[in-house]
Amino acid sequence: MSGLSAELEQPADMEGDEAPSRTAPRPDTPRPGVGFGWLAALPPVLLALAFAACLPAVSNGETIRVAYDWVPSLGVSLSFLIDGLSLTFALLITGIGALVALYSSVYLAGHAHLGRFWLYLLSFMLAMLGLVLADNLITLFVFWELTTLTSYLLIGFDHAAAKARRSALQALLLTGAGGLALLAGLILMGLAAGSFELSEIIAQGDAIRAHALYLPILILVLLGAFTKSAQVPFHFWLPNAMAAPTPVSAYLHSATMVKAGIYLLARMHPVLSGSEAWIWTLTIFGAVTAVLASVLALRQTDLKQALAYTTLMALGTLTMFLGAEATVAVAAAVTFLIVHSLYKAALFLVVGIIDHQTGTRDVAKLRGLAGALPITALAAAAAALSMAGFPPFLGFIGKELKYEGALAIASEPLFVASAAVLANALMVAVAGIVALRPFIGTPGETPKLPREAPARLWIGPLLLAGLGLTFGMAPGLIAGGLVQPAVTAVLGRPETVKLALWHGLNLPLLLSLVTFALGLAFYLFHQQLRRLLIGLEARLPASADQVWDGLLRGLKALAALQTELLQSGVMRRYLFIIFATVALSVGATLVLAEALPGPFALPELEIKHWAVVAMVTAGAFMTAIAANRLTAVCALGVVGVGIALLFVMFGAPDVAITQMLVETLVVVLVAVAMLRLPGLEQAASRAGRRLDALLAIAVGGVVTATLLAIVEGPINRSVTAYFEETSVPEAFGRNIVNVILVDFRALDTFGEIAVVAVAAIGAYALLRGAKRERRP
Amino acid sequence: MNSLILNAATRLLVALMLLFSIYMLLRGHNEPGGGFIGGLIAAIGFALYAMAHGTAATRRALRLDPAAIAMIGLGIALLAGLAAALAGDPFFTGQWWFVGAEAGSKGLPLSTVLLFDIGVYLVVVGAVLTIVLTLEEEV
Repeated sequence: MSGLSAELEQPADMEGDEAPSRTAPRPDTPRPGVGFGWLAALPPVLLALAFAACLPAVSNGETIRVAYDWVPSLGVSLSFLIDGLSLTFALLITGIGALVALYSSVYLAGHAHLGRFWLYLLSFMLAMLGLVLADNLITLFVFWELTTLTSYLLIGFDHAAAKARRSALQALLLTGAGGLALLAGLILMGLAAGSFELSEIIAQGDAIRAHALYLPILILVLLGAFTKSAQVPFHFWLPNAMAAPTPVSAYLHSATMVKAGIYLLARMHPVLSGSEAWIWTLTIFGAVTAVLASVLALRQTDLKQALAYTTLMALGTLTMFLGAEATVAVAAAVTFLIVHSLYKAALFLVVGIIDHQTGTRDVAKLRGLAGALPITALAAAAAALSMAGFPPFLGFIGKELKYEGALAIASEPLFVASAAVLANALMVAVAGIVALRPFIGTPGETPKLPREAPARLWIGPLLLAGLGLTFGMAPGLIAGGLVQPAVTAVLGRPETVKLALWHGLNLPLLLSLVTFALGLAFYLFHQQLRRLLIGLEARLPASADQVWDGLLRGLKALAALQTELLQSGVMRRYLFIIFATVALSVGATLVLAEALPGPFALPELEIKHWAVVAMVTAGAFMTAIAANRLTAVCALGVVGVGIALLFVMFGAPDVAITQMLVETLVVVLVAVAMLRLPGLEQAASRAGRRLDALLAIAVGGVVTATLLAIVEGPINRSVTAYFEETSVPEAFGRNIVNVILVDFRALDTFGEIAVVAVAAIGAYALLRGAKRERRP
Repeated sequence: MNSLILNAATRLLVALMLLFSIYMLLRGHNEPGGGFIGGLIAAIGFALYAMAHGTAATRRALRLDPAAIAMIGLGIALLAGLAAALAGDPFFTGQWWFVGAEAGSKGLPLSTVLLFDIGVYLVVVGAVLTIVLTLEEEV
């Protein structure tokens, strides 16, 4: 065990602030022992056992529900539901999770960031479990986003590699955008159904299908599911996500995360399915994804990439079958889901072993490994046979069911069946390339001398492949316990499902034979086909990946353009825009709402009031004609003091004091800053000043009109009355203003003082070093 | 600014202003005043001191960096809000203790509300002085 996989060969740390002992070990140095990494497999094992304990109840058709209030005022509860569908997923997540954790404890042993890896992996598992168990739309969404975030961390685990960072960001942006669409869809659905509890929504599927918002809900939910499950045209992120360490790919990008979208489609099936839009969208997008992905899988020379594309094919197939209403089609989807998770996780882990033990994943270099890696070869063969759909593996049952389901689809059986046959035939070929070819023939040159992997590496794939065989021989093990309750949950009506290896001589069997023949032909000619595909690819104007890059560049350019337009960097222009916006929007509202104040009678004013008015007017006039800044600021101070006097006269001493103090401070601050600013004469042209004057008059006029309009109408004093009544008995204070600030509205005040503190930090950051920059 | 009169007067004035600011802070619950106003008065006092004696002397007089004062104030205000959790009340519910209360006298009222106001006071002093002192030093 002296090697590192290809992903780990880059130095783990580029920042240089890490302690030397934490850098990744070099390939040649002896690595520290594997230690207690296997302990990380314990939580998933225990969880898997706990879920397995629910099997008897669920296979009897029961559902288990647990609920806690979370945000009761918004109808959000932390409620969880275990039925056939969620239990199937939960068992896959925890079972495969346990094997992947065990595998990783060897595969990543001695990695500098192993602790981080366990944190990410287990968080991801919990998020995924929460997602499939959630019985509340909002809870489901929260866990959905958590899987997006944790998978971002896992894909970008090798953060020193630019490719890993790019892939992680791509997955995050794409699935994150889909997540936003999903949130909107879920909220609309909750509003349409009048409840955010899934179990209640499922009960009223007919009402939602007839609802006016059905189409928007469907589109938004499908956007979320299609981005997450990488359906065309969002497929490109999944192969890129292979930048993650291989155990992560095995777990996230085969068995779990990418199936979250499939889970969502299955969960929403009783609510949204049955309409033309649902059937056609799912069938067409699923079929296109399945066929395109299996063709592209042939084109790959990297084992992991080839597997990634076959995962896309599986996701497309699942989507296609979930578009249907027929029991057998849904049974095909559920069975294939289990089949695929078992063999795909096994194959990914096998590819990881090959990579780990030989140092390469290039199909051209890998030949004749069966002698050196016998147990791995066995696991690979069993998994590949299940993938290719040979009897007596579970894959065969899955494939027969698929054909039966395709033929049972009422709308377009020929289209679905031919897509399924083509995709499956290509699958046979890819299974041969990935799992057969590397092990047969004469051993080739590999970077490392291949040796059999330690048990903890091969036990996972062997067990998973073995399960594929066991379930194939005895399909009764999962038919009644898992598949039937899951189909019942997907269709929302009680169903009986029987699985059997031998269906008799029928059309599906014939299609199977066609598939094998086609698959063999594809396998034999795969090198010619690959060359053909590479040639075709070169003629395409752009790949999906390049289109994505173009989109991102466009977004950045748009942001730059907008920043240039709005952020001129000239203070006067900013202020002008702000005040003009205020005057225009408020003024327009006044006019459009016909709220302009009518004529009003000037109240009787005392001499002191007139004196203040005269003082404020004089101050304002003085400010406008001042020839230098100091005069202008002082004149503005006069205006402020006048306003403060008005507050005193009309019974708001607190406001008056604050106003006075702030005026004082402003004069101090501006006076300090003023010394460095150029004179007023240079700052503004005559035309500019006229414009400023116009703006000032407009703002003043609009504010005055607004105040008059407010005074005209009746003022609701219930809030004032409440504070007047409760201030002393409840808050023990007679100064209502202060009691509101520090008690009734303390949270608002807290937010405000936080803003004050942040503003100070911002000013500090802007000002610091200003002098040094000016005089270097 | 080198003015003998300002220098001499400032020593007295600043002390009075600080005392007055605390007075305003404490009376705020029943009379005009409060943490915000008190904080502004104290900040103006220190700003005056900075004008007369320079920013270095002001920083020495403050002992702590003004930004740190603001953050401490924010922390105190947050603690005052969190204290309600100990009594099982919603965030920022005022908690009151009347020390030595007996019939006819309500005793000395202490509360998390006062603590919160002290937090506001410190944030205002710290934030304003951060800006004033940096402006004077850097511009």
